[in-house]
Amino acid sequence: MSSLWEYANPQKFMRTSSVLLPVFAVAAAISLGVGLVWGFFLTPEAENFGSTVKIIYIHVPSAMMAINAWVMMLVTSLIWLVRRHHVSALAARAAAPIGMTMTLIALVTGAIWGEPMWGTYWVWDPRLTSFLILFLFYLGYIALWEAIENPDAAADLTSVLCIVGSVFAVLSRYAVNFWSQGLHQGASLSLDKKENVADVFYIPLLLCIAGFVCLFVALVLLRTRTEIRARRIRAMIARERMA
Amino acid sequence: MIALLQRDLKLAIRAGGGFGLGLAFFLIVVVLVPFGVGSDSGLLAAIAPGILWVGALLACLLSLDRIFALDHEDGSLDLLATAPIPLEGAVAMKAAAHWVTTGLPLTLAAPGLGLLLNLPASGYGWLAASLALGTPALSMIGSFGAALTVGLKRGGLLLSLLVLPLYVPTLIFGAEAVARGIDGRDTGTPLLMLAAITLAATALLPFAAAAAIRINLR
Repeated sequence: MSSLWEYANPQKFMRTSSVLLPVFAVAAAISLGVGLVWGFFLTPEAENFGSTVKIIYIHVPSAMMAINAWVMMLVTSLIWLVRRHHVSALAARAAAPIGMTMTLIALVTGAIWGEPMWGTYWVWDPRLTSFLILFLFYLGYIALWEAIENPDAAADLTSVLCIVGSVFAVLSRYAVNFWSQGLHQGASLSLDKKENVADVFYIPLLLCIAGFVCLFVALVLLRTRTEIRARRIRAMIARERMA
Repeated sequence: MIALLQRDLKLAIRAGGGFGLGLAFFLIVVVLVPFGVGSDSGLLAAIAPGILWVGALLACLLSLDRIFALDHEDGSLDLLATAPIPLEGAVAMKAAAHWVTTGLPLTLAAPGLGLLLNLPASGYGWLAASLALGTPALSMIGSFGAALTVGLKRGGLLLSLLVLPLYVPTLIFGAEAVARGIDGRDTGTPLLMLAAITLAATALLPFAAAAAIRINLR
């Protein structure tokens, strides 16, 4: 019976990920290509929004991945703290810059959309503000990784920061809600509500979300593999010096 | 643990620099704001709660790296980690000492500085109350940040980058409580939330901070 923990072995991880990486990369390219072309050129312009509605195909998936990347980092940090699997810690490290970029993409596309629609690039709306705060959390997390030399201590400390940061990120989300009234519309997609985006936009949007998920997985695998290789090189250099 | 608290307090008060600097910094921030935004008293009154809270927060941040850095340099942090009292307790005491030497004086000085910013009369009590409830959380969160960066040579800037996002909820509820108090609205919710953050931070963060110190001393 094979278990998930087998992939804690870097060799096994490298072997499996070398197969998975091209699969996810191709899947991301196809679903993003189809989804974006479909969304940009083959859907009608929405009432009241004109062509600006098309930014939804980038904005919504990137915003989802910005949060999901943090959740993934939280899970891998917990695994690292409990079971001391190095691949897990490296995956958390690999995901952080991707999550930060997703946050930035969501903020920038939102600002570009907000200018024609709300008449301003930025308002201190709860959703916008909590994303900005999330961006700061990513920044601090990455800075802590960079600052500490000992890789194990860095993994430990960033894991602790990630756990504490998650609590405060959720707390900030609700504090910000309490502090300001929103301008942002409600959720575009949800499982329990009848009111989703209109059907014409629905399928290309789902495709784009799937594409962003695949893209994220592919990038995390790629970056984790790079980290593992970098560690191996460092170990080899150290061994060479000893000899 | 009481002995540790007394030792930290004595060190902070007698070993120059730590005790008064935070207060002086707070004063300077409050004096600088009118130069930046103009002396219009209506405008100043409107932004006074926020400025006073942000000023207190920055003054608190200024002295955070002292919580563990000096003890780390002379090795007494290693002794504390191996001492019979739990490290979590030692961390909580050090945070308490930090609060007594920065949070408490800031709370007491804030109403006086509110005068400079033309804070409406109804706001003084709420300002003192919200700072009294909120600044312990600032010290606790700050000691966690200080514990994360204690092993670093130049951790000061990184410390502010790590700690300031964690201060967001405290700042929001603190400034909101004062603003609501001035308008005569219900201040119960923000004050309760402030108290909740302080209590939860006091209960949980010493464990995270102690874990971070153990990692850094390894």
